Amino acid sequence: MSLIRLDAICRHYVMGSETVYALRGVSLTIERGEYVAIMGPSGSGKSTLMNVLGCLDTPSSGTYELNGHSVGEMDDNELAEIRNREIGFVFQTFNLLARSSALRNVELPLIYSGMGLDERREVALAALRDVGLADRVTHKPNEMSGGQRQRVAVARALVNKPSILLADEPTGNLDTRTGQEILELFQSLSDKGNTLIVVTHEEEVARHARRIIRIRDGLVASDERVVV
Amino acid sequence: MNLFAEITEGTRISWEAVRANLLRSVLTTLGIVIGIVTVTLMATAMEALDYAFRDAISFIGTDVLYVDTREWFIDSDTKWETMAKRSKITLPQVRAVEEGMNMAKGVAPSVMHGIESVRYKNRSSGLVLLIGTNEQFLVTGGITLSAGRFMTKAEAAGNRDICVVGADVAEKLFLTESPLGQKIHAGSESLEVVGVLEKRGSVMGGMSLDNQIVIPIGKMFRGFKWDPSCTIQVKVGDPANVASAREELRGLLRKIRRVPPGKDDDFAINQQEQLIGQFKKVSGVIATAGFFITGLSLFVGGIGIMNIMFVSVAERTHEIGIRKAIGAKRRTILLQFLIEAASICLIGGIIALLIAGGLVEISRHFFPTMRIGLSPTVVLLALAVALATGIISGFLPAWRAARMSPVDALRNE
Repeated sequence: MSLIRLDAICRHYVMGSETVYALRGVSLTIERGEYVAIMGPSGSGKSTLMNVLGCLDTPSSGTYELNGHSVGEMDDNELAEIRNREIGFVFQTFNLLARSSALRNVELPLIYSGMGLDERREVALAALRDVGLADRVTHKPNEMSGGQRQRVAVARALVNKPSILLADEPTGNLDTRTGQEILELFQSLSDKGNTLIVVTHEEEVARHARRIIRIRDGLVASDERVVV
Repeated sequence: MNLFAEITEGTRISWEAVRANLLRSVLTTLGIVIGIVTVTLMATAMEALDYAFRDAISFIGTDVLYVDTREWFIDSDTKWETMAKRSKITLPQVRAVEEGMNMAKGVAPSVMHGIESVRYKNRSSGLVLLIGTNEQFLVTGGITLSAGRFMTKAEAAGNRDICVVGADVAEKLFLTESPLGQKIHAGSESLEVVGVLEKRGSVMGGMSLDNQIVIPIGKMFRGFKWDPSCTIQVKVGDPANVASAREELRGLLRKIRRVPPGKDDDFAINQQEQLIGQFKKVSGVIATAGFFITGLSLFVGGIGIMNIMFVSVAERTHEIGIRKAIGAKRRTILLQFLIEAASICLIGGIIALLIAGGLVEISRHFFPTMRIGLSPTVVLLALAVALATGIISGFLPAWRAARMSPVDALRNE
């Protein structure tokens, strides 16, 4: 069974008197352990696709099966649970809670999944250690560099052992060198068997993936394996 | 995620938020503070008044029935007229009640008469209330003596020239001298003092209960008031039996006064309960008006809280988006903001209680005789009202936050 199965996904928004067709029938499957890059120019619908994949948004029509769950029929609370357990997000702007320490940021998904205090402290510390931030746990986001912040975000994304790591322009706010570090981190995560989906418009970033899906005008334009 | 964990987490987040905007939170809470101060002071004043009233009328006794031709509270002119026409309650009728009542611990007639003064040597007492009664008044009136003794049955029956004086009378006429055995002059009568009543204070700062002289009822009939109507005081003894004793008394009186069956009573049985009922009517009106005004200030305060919560939700839209993306459910977000609103109001409630406590302390100096204080009930009431205001006024903003779409919320930076 595929990890992700999209079938004829459409998503349109009504903006005033106009209807915007962001996705016009996207079908694709992603297997467990794949490292996929989704590419496309702005306005292509790749952000909408990523929102749908991340269960932040629901399709207007079509079916989406994630790890055997039919996402289209879920209500708000069930979607929240899916996001909590199945998906780890890494955003371009990191999206950490500014007033909370690195540890608390990483603990947050565990709090929402109902893990007890002692256990979640331990799990969160381990996740921070895995991204090389063992000595930064009490720092707040504004006391860390961009690369460190993105590592905190990666630790937070992985702490609940999700089925997919979903990254939206993860290097967009980083300089080339730190961006490279994050991509290396992704590489090692992929090597460990994690499923990664990276949304990007940079060829350089996409080249790290094993499969590149190009989106144009709300449709899949190409879907190719990268030959290493 | 279980509810308890959500509440602890929500509390933690709210306190962080309140701390981060401490000045704003405190200013917002001002309306609540004013509201809660008024609630607290209102409730405290009502309690103090209630206590003062019950204390003042305690001399009437909860288990004493007062038979009179009139009711204590008459609410119409026609009633007044029919009551004025009723025949007097005579001494033989009192005696018949005394003999007929099974459930009474004591039955005493009483006739009151104000006289301009009583004299001892060259001193004069000023206006004094004479009470004509018998030896059982000691029981029915709940009286204690500070010196000497009360009148005996023989003295009462024999219309002897004796009297028991109130504390004020004793003080005015005898200064430091012992009144016992001395003769005082009232009108043309000369009466020997056999006892002095314990000091009892006054009724709500007005009528003094110590400016009295108790004499045998026969003496009253002969020397002061010709053929008056008596009041009969019937002491029941057990407050639980008051209702049945009242029924017995009523049946007995109808027989004694020959009221034909089917006709209304031509007498009235009064008791303390009526006074309390009347007081409650008045205090109820005051309380309703007071709490309405209080409610208004709380309403205004609540609007302030609602306003600031909308601001807080708007400011933290992005944070809400992050939390939702990570797996926060609607309920989690709702609780978070409800707790924040409740916390702000609770802070307001606590500030208000401190202020109210100070004001109560000050008012104690102005009314030293009244028993005033913040009771635990009032404190709990104040905190509960503060909490409720927070939850009610925080609900709409919290609901808006909870229903945000994660995509839109995340886009908001």
